[in-house]
Amino acid sequence: MAESSQPHRHHSPTTPVEERVEALEALLIEKGVLDPAAIDAVIEHYEHRIGPMNGAKVVARAWSDPDYRARLLKDGTAAIAELGFGGPEGNHMVVLENTPQIHNAVVCTLCSCYPWPVLGLPPNWYKSPPYRARMVREPRVVLAEMGCHVPADVEIRVWDSSAEVRYLVLPERPEGTDGHTEEDLAALVTRDSMIGVARL
Amino acid sequence: MDGIHDLGGVQGFGAVEVERDEPTFHADWERRAFRLTMAAMMGGLLAGRFRHAIERMDPAWYLSSPYYEHWLTATATGAVEAGVLSEAELDQRLGRTFALARPIRAPVLAEPGTSSARHRHGLGSAVRVREWHPLGHTRAPRYVQGKRGTVVRLDGVFSVPDVEYHCTGRRTEPTYSVRFEATELWGEAGDPVHVDLWESYLEAPDG
Repeated sequence: MAESSQPHRHHSPTTPVEERVEALEALLIEKGVLDPAAIDAVIEHYEHRIGPMNGAKVVARAWSDPDYRARLLKDGTAAIAELGFGGPEGNHMVVLENTPQIHNAVVCTLCSCYPWPVLGLPPNWYKSPPYRARMVREPRVVLAEMGCHVPADVEIRVWDSSAEVRYLVLPERPEGTDGHTEEDLAALVTRDSMIGVARL
Repeated sequence: MDGIHDLGGVQGFGAVEVERDEPTFHADWERRAFRLTMAAMMGGLLAGRFRHAIERMDPAWYLSSPYYEHWLTATATGAVEAGVLSEAELDQRLGRTFALARPIRAPVLAEPGTSSARHRHGLGSAVRVREWHPLGHTRAPRYVQGKRGTVVRLDGVFSVPDVEYHCTGRRTEPTYSVRFEATELWGEAGDPVHVDLWESYLEAPDG
């Protein structure tokens, strides 16, 4: 049957939350609050133009250019803007430098604050109660469960983005990358390493 | 408010579930919920309303619903509270009761209080987080209230959310990043946590 190759998207009954979206959407259009044509470009931006590839460029530049690295650690917002990234949820950026003694990791215990211009919209696990509840209380255990093993002699510094600052972790440059171009380096940088739940 | 959203340090949760190759939106309704929320925000409709509306969702509902259902619910609630829509309109359009967050319980503030632009505490200062339990919105997580920490960074001057959500006026204050040792937070050795806090959340450590 055709249904098996084209799953439920067009055939299943509308769920209660979909009905609520439709009702509110229709009312907001009627009231002139929502103009779908005008805002679809904005949504396209959030869905496709921003994401971890932006943060990876920032990290790769910092690994390649000591002066840029210094500027990035001194004023994250301005240095990130040099590469053309900025905007909502990225207007007050602080970059946290990992070192052989320090591993930084970011959480938002109260909601889901996240540096949109450099990492995109957050993944579900970042917004989930288990991560938000446990990351401040037992970060070493949570990171190990997520496959991020931080040596016992390295301090984990957890940063709860509870006000206006948004954080980007600057991971350590991996060994054996001396001859790499910035582009090569950017390809090594993962979203999770810039949140601090992975090491490269 | 000591709401369900204030999750830092709450015990009993299991493993963090990571979805491989997760899409930005899992279904079209999530994209549409994001879109209508962004439209409402850009239109100024949710100013001072959005986060506190999420926090007022019933705790069981909050924990059991997908993230973008929080956004949908908060936008609908904020639109009603802003007077743009009525509950009756929502119910009529849906054909049943359109569930909203619970009403605001905090009193409206007549005056925003005095703004300040200069950091009262310096780098390295010892501070204690004020302990209080307002009915309204705050960005002082429960797990640091009453706890002593050290100022590690001076940040910008921003509108105080506790005021913004409950007053037509605004109060601005300096913000800080404060480091808390695990022994202070949890009574046992562990890794430190840094929390970003407004000046009025802080007091002298022996105050």
